[in-house]
This record gives sequence, structure tokens and C-alpha cells, in this order.
Amino acid sequence: MVAAGVILLLVVAAVAGPLVSPYAVDSLDWQHLAVGPFDSGSHWLGTDRLGRDLFVRTVNGVRTSLVISLVSTTISLVIGVTWGATAGFIGGRTDALMMRFVDVLYSLPYLFIVIILTTLFERGSLPVLFCAIGAVGWLTIARIVRGQTLSLARREFIEAARATGLSTPAILFRHIIPNITGPIVAYATLTIPQMILFESFLSFLGLGVQEPLASLGNLINDGAQEMQSAPWMLLVPAVFLVALLMSLNLVGDALSDALDPRGQGESRDVGPAGGQGEQRDALDPSRQGVSRE
Amino acid sequence: MLGYALRRIAGVIPTLLIIISASFFIVRLAPGGPFDQEQTLSREVRANLDRVYGLDQPITVQFGRYLRALSHGDFGPSYKQRDFSVTELIAQGLPVSAALGISAMLFALALGIPFGMLAAVRRQTSVDIGVSSLVVLALALPGFVVGPLLALLFGVYLQLLPVGGWEEGAPRYFVLPAITLALPVFGYIARLTRASALEAFQANFIRTARARGLGFRRILWSHALRPTLLPVVSYIGPATAFVVTGSLVVETVFGLPGTGRYLVQGAINRDYTLVMGMVIVYGTLVLLLNLITDLVYGWLDPRVRHE
Repeated sequence: MVAAGVILLLVVAAVAGPLVSPYAVDSLDWQHLAVGPFDSGSHWLGTDRLGRDLFVRTVNGVRTSLVISLVSTTISLVIGVTWGATAGFIGGRTDALMMRFVDVLYSLPYLFIVIILTTLFERGSLPVLFCAIGAVGWLTIARIVRGQTLSLARREFIEAARATGLSTPAILFRHIIPNITGPIVAYATLTIPQMILFESFLSFLGLGVQEPLASLGNLINDGAQEMQSAPWMLLVPAVFLVALLMSLNLVGDALSDALDPRGQGESRDVGPAGGQGEQRDALDPSRQGVSRE
Repeated sequence: MLGYALRRIAGVIPTLLIIISASFFIVRLAPGGPFDQEQTLSREVRANLDRVYGLDQPITVQFGRYLRALSHGDFGPSYKQRDFSVTELIAQGLPVSAALGISAMLFALALGIPFGMLAAVRRQTSVDIGVSSLVVLALALPGFVVGPLLALLFGVYLQLLPVGGWEEGAPRYFVLPAITLALPVFGYIARLTRASALEAFQANFIRTARARGLGFRRILWSHALRPTLLPVVSYIGPATAFVVTGSLVVETVFGLPGTGRYLVQGAINRDYTLVMGMVIVYGTLVLLLNLITDLVYGWLDPRVRHE
């Protein structure tokens, strides 16, 4: 509940924050260069070295993170659900081939492919970021959906649907997918913080969102460079990021307990550094043996 | 066992080929070439350059050449750092990254296993709760937040350790980076150890041992420890992958001259060959360690082999 409150607060701040404060993300205030929080009346959380308001930038960073994570979660959902449901429903050799493909991608250190992508295309272009990050998440979703579909495909109502002459895509989208929304939603809420983490990771390295746009990752990077003289530049975005991640994770866990009583079958996914499967698995180490082939 | 090993090894090869060809072809299909940013070159100079680097050949021939060079450990010249070959750059950075990664892994194992055992033995006491909260924190905080915060605390406020840099590998320069890198791995190992120790305590053979009147310590060390460590062994592969990717951040935060930092710099400067080389080295490393983990696991636990 507290966590849900924190999320709500952050979302409201992300939407309304820039309206409340008189400053814009990239407006410079030459009178107040690198002032600390609460030192100057209108800069609530201080300013950076160029006199940009840190509150506005951080709140904007939260917004960037939320938007990117939502879009890329959607992308990975679309790919993952379609892929997994198709593989699980058709079964047989198609299934084996499709899941083998997922396995191979799984064993690639995906971060590196993302780095190659960001090297090639214009840095900071949001569509590339969306795709790069979204492409990371779909593997796990595909596995979960396939597992669920496999067990549904043998049920009577599916057979009935087939007997009435419905086409495969129609059965998939009208009967199978609606029946597995629970686990999908549960998993998607847990994907969002992973995506945020991944985005800020890339931005921190200088490969994601670029100046003058703000993202929590590049704010933390800026802050880390100035921490000797202006520690608040590091602390403010760090606190926001941690609060955001923690509360999203807690809400996600609560939701997945509520929506998916059987527990998500498969849950390796994007770890802090992308693609190595830390946090979700970490919640239930007893599943370790299962998730390795 | 031999069959199992061969199957595993055979599984790695296609993945490796995919990594190599993906990085090669993605880079080649990208718009623009390595010489585009210079002043416009006359056509003859351009043709000469292309010929020297073999860029006038069909792409399949280029791929074949790249593969052949790779098998000799030659990753080609760096496009941006003119006087260096990619192999030289990697050779320069690798010792630093390896020292960092190995110390982080040792640190995580040396603390994670005892902490996990402790929490399992003292189950549902304040010790257990304390360890679990530490673990949650270690897992939840990303390295690029922990790193700067540790540097701020120990480097700026307490003045105990250097904020960054690498003076010829003096140990105090990699205390903070290694801790930053090790924290999530430590948390995960502690959690894994706790859960599998609890499971092991329930096993029949432990009950038998207890019924035969063996002492608690004896049971813990000579009976429960081995099955407890199995999942930890299987996690070493993924953990290494994590450490490898995590080193990108840690080396950037603390300004260490390792390969992770080269990769990030290379990506920012669009040094294609450098990025490609690094990706292949790191990818191979991750795959190999996963392979070794699988083999060790198959050796330790015969059930796995026969699946």
C-alpha cells in the first residue's frame, strides 16, 4: 500500500511537477549555479553546475523512465505473447524450433547486442532505445506464455472452438490470450522496473537518453562527477530511482501474488545489467534448478 | 558423462557463431563506413584505403577473412585509436578487469555462503531477518547508484579510500569497485544458500544422521553442506555473466582502465571493430563459463546428466 502510494506520488510529480515549478528542464539560472537543496527559495532541490533546476530535471527523468519503460514493456509484451502463444498452440516441431531460438537468444549476453545497436544508430534517439530495451524483455514473456498456452490448448473449450471451425489466430487471440492475462499482467508489472533499470543503466553509461534531456541514469552520472562539490546532485536522482524501483517491485510482487496464485512458471529475466536474470529469480531460489535446462 | 559433455559443447558452438556473425553483420549493414567522418577523400585514396582494409571485397569474403583472423586472435585494427590493434587494447585492459572480476566473485562467495548458512541455521530469528534485509538491499540497488554512493561515503567524507583511479593495481584502489560489483552477487548467493540449506535440512538423510545421534556441527559440515552448495555452483555461470556486464558500470564509475570501460568508450566513439571485438570476447567468456558450470554441475549431480 505504501509502495502504491509512493508510485502514485511519483507519477503525479512526473506529470504535474514541471507545471508547478517555474523552471524548464533546460532553462539556465545564472544567479544560482550549483546551489544546494533548500538554499534558494524557488529551487527546491537545488541546481546543477549550469544552474538548471534539479527538481524539475529529476521529475522529468522519472517521466522519461516511466514512458520508456511503459513503451518497451508494451513492445516486449506484444512480441512475447504472440511468439509464446503461437509456439505453445501449434506445438510439435514449430514449437521446438521457436523455443530453441528463444534459448539461443537467452544465452547471449544481450546487453552487448544493445550496445552494438546504440553504437550504430543515432544515440539518444528514443525509438531505438524503445526497441533495444523492448527486445530484451520478450524472451521471458514468451516462455511464460508458451507454458500457459500448452496447458490451455488441451482443454475442452479450445477443442470446442476448433470444432466450430474457428481459425488458429482467432482461437489464439479470442480464447487463449484472454485466459492468460493474469500471469501476463503480473509479469508485466515486474518487467517495468527492470526496464527502468536497464534504461538508466544505458543512460548512465552515456548510451541512452542524451543531454539536455534528463533521465535518472544520466542525472546520476552527472551527479557522480560532481559529488565532491555538490553531493546533492548525486543523492537526489539516486533517491528517486531507488524509491521508484523499490515501490514498483513491491507492487509487482503483490500483484503477481494476487493475480497468479499458482506462481509464475518461469521467471528468469532482465537483471540489473540486462539479460542475466537476477532479481526475479532471486525471489525464489528454489526455482533455480528448474530454470536451467 | 562424456555424452552429456559433448552435447553441452555442441550447444555452445552455434551460439558463439551467432554472436560473431550478428556483431559482424549488424556492423556492416549499418549506414556509413569507417572513413566517412574524415574530410572528403579523393576517389583514389578512398579506393586504396578500402583495398588495404579489404573493404572492396564482397561481404562474404570479408566475413571469411574476419573469421580466419579471429581464429588467430586478431580482431583487426581499432578504427579510432589509430596506433593500436583491438587485440592490443583488449590485452591492456583484460588484466585489470580480470583482477576486478575475480576479487568481486571471491568476495561474494566468501561472504554470501556463510551469511546464507547462518540465516538458515538461525532461521526466523533476528539474525535471519537482518541477513535477509541486507540481501534485499544488496539486490535492489543498482551498481551505478551504489558505486558513486560508496565513493562519496568512503572517498569524500571519510577519506579512507581513493574515489577512483588505478595506480598500478594497488589493492586499495579496487576495494570499492570490487565491493560494488560483488554486492548483488553476494545477495543472490546468500539467498540461494539460505533456501537450499533449509531444503537440505528437511532431507531424509539428514533425519537419518540425526537419528543416529550425530552432532549438529558434524551434520552441518559433512552432510548438509554439499547439497546446499549445488545451486550455488550452478549460479556461478550466470553470476560471472553478471560480473562481466556489471564491470562496464563499475569501471566507468571508478575510472578503471579495464576492458569494460573500453567497450563503453568504443560505443560512444563508434569504434566498430573495438566494440565488435569486445562483444565477442565477453560473449565467449560468458558462454564458456556457463558451459563449465554446466559440466561441473553434471559431474556433481548425476540426475542432471540423464534428463
